[in-house]
Amino acid sequence: MSKQPERIFVKGNEAVVRGALAARCKCFFGYPITPQNEIPELMSSEMPKSGGEFVQAESEVAAANMLLGAGACGIRAMTSSSSPGISLKQEAISYMAGSNTPAVIVNMNRGGPGLGDIGPAQGDYYQSTRGGGHGDYRLLVLAPATGQEAYDLTIKSFDLAYKYRNPVMILGDAILGQMKEAITPWQPEGIDDEAGRDWALSGAKDREKRLIKSLYLEEGALAGQNKNLQKKYEDMQSYVEYEEFETEDAELVVCAYGSIGRIAKSAVRNLRKQGHKVGLFRPITLYPFPSDALLALAKQGKKFLTIEHNLGQMVDDVRLAIRTVADSDFAPIYPGNLPIPEDIEGPVLEWLEGK
Amino acid sequence: MSEQLVFDRPQSVIDRPTHYCPGCHHGVAHRLVGELLDELGVAEDAILVASIGCSVFLYNYLNVDAVEAPHGRAPAVATGVKAARKDKFVFTYQGDGDLASIGMAEVLHAANRGENIAVVFVNNTVYGMTGGQMAPTTLIGQRTTTCPSGRCLEHEGAPIRMTEIIAGLGGATFAARASLNNVKNIRQAKKYLRKAFQCQIEKKGFGFVELLSACPTNWKLNPVDANERIKTEMIPYFPLGVFKDALDEGGAC
Repeated sequence: MSKQPERIFVKGNEAVVRGALAARCKCFFGYPITPQNEIPELMSSEMPKSGGEFVQAESEVAAANMLLGAGACGIRAMTSSSSPGISLKQEAISYMAGSNTPAVIVNMNRGGPGLGDIGPAQGDYYQSTRGGGHGDYRLLVLAPATGQEAYDLTIKSFDLAYKYRNPVMILGDAILGQMKEAITPWQPEGIDDEAGRDWALSGAKDREKRLIKSLYLEEGALAGQNKNLQKKYEDMQSYVEYEEFETEDAELVVCAYGSIGRIAKSAVRNLRKQGHKVGLFRPITLYPFPSDALLALAKQGKKFLTIEHNLGQMVDDVRLAIRTVADSDFAPIYPGNLPIPEDIEGPVLEWLEGK
Repeated sequence: MSEQLVFDRPQSVIDRPTHYCPGCHHGVAHRLVGELLDELGVAEDAILVASIGCSVFLYNYLNVDAVEAPHGRAPAVATGVKAARKDKFVFTYQGDGDLASIGMAEVLHAANRGENIAVVFVNNTVYGMTGGQMAPTTLIGQRTTTCPSGRCLEHEGAPIRMTEIIAGLGGATFAARASLNNVKNIRQAKKYLRKAFQCQIEKKGFGFVELLSACPTNWKLNPVDANERIKTEMIPYFPLGVFKDALDEGGAC
């Protein structure tokens, strides 16, 4: 009998840390904020063990700027926070995007606006997928729905950050961060620790000096830089991930991401048992958005209901994706409420009755 | 009679005209940094963290690797650079608006953590690049574009003495203030900078040097009068000297 792979019982926050360590993350810059505290706490003990550096920054502003410094050196580095703290990181995120600096940023989304609450929410969808700070830029945004996906996508996020020389965001929420479940850790192979060899700062020894910057004052220079960035974002479009569940014969496709996507899956199962032809489309990459796959479903004549833990943000991307042939309705789960499958079955049944 | 070359450009300083105004002291400060990178043999290992202000273009004048930090964040970016590359010589170069106003938190905490980096702080009492607005180091009575009647203690508060604050932090190893208004003071400035750089080379922690500098354009003075102002107005309020030196004690911790 072959040996079963080892499973561990961890919170999503710990899954992120385990994934980052497996991906050979060597610098972590943290600051306390609920519901992501397990990430810096665990990193503070684990990062030194793996020969890396942990710094508790004086603020989220500083933590993100430390990330910029480590990323500029071509080192696999990461920071984590939750919504109000992510707002503070936007300054450095814009600079990283503008200077092609790879980095991984984790947002365990909590309720907003303002101080909001410490529970789950998806109010940061726009902020994550539209850049979040000043200027025309995008992050790669990955939205895990389970502890295992949190582990897997964290590993992937470092590869993507270096592949595209771009900041990558892992967008979870308080459900993902705080819920404990079994995951199966695995060790990626072929990690290139020197992926930044052609551009990273290491001291100008036996080569020309290098400069990581986002200031372009010369005539035409900034336009050129923006053109290069847009080209990169176009290249990213080929990298999409999503999950389709029971969509084949579905009349109505529920669109939901992250933890809400997972709860919606339970709702779809329940509704299927009652004989309703419903399915689920769950984007895993929020940017780039899996528009082509959605459009293909729309062309089959399916109807769409987007359900989010906010007042309607991803629904804009769903509508943009299918606008030539269809539209999507929307049902909110109000931030501040902790949803259960019935909260998704309700609006779906209403939609089915009203169709 | 054979000719002897007695003065040349340091190797680390790139041979190109600067964008600085006549009488500006950034050129002097740049040269001191360049000379020391050469003399201490760290130019090939150096990573400069540039700040926001006139001196952002320091990366065009020094032949070293560099990263551009957002306004005030250079000590945080430098913390990240040092965490990533512990064996490199990492330094920031910041003005008074950048370091003492928007970047106050970053510099104090980097100093207090005892980050093994060097900070060169150029204090000319104004925001130079944006056109001469009031800075946290603007002297009482000094007129700027945002305190046109002169800085008033009751309204804008007192100018901040950064070196004294840094020296008061347990994590800092070396903190000194020098001036670039005459040759004697420039030579002293270089000694302080050497010591601050030495802190890092010997892995003894955070080195900080404040350089009182002229901004003739925004002070609306000619370069000679600007130098005179440093002597008669700045030095009495910002006294020169070493405020902390724990280098020989093996660092701050």
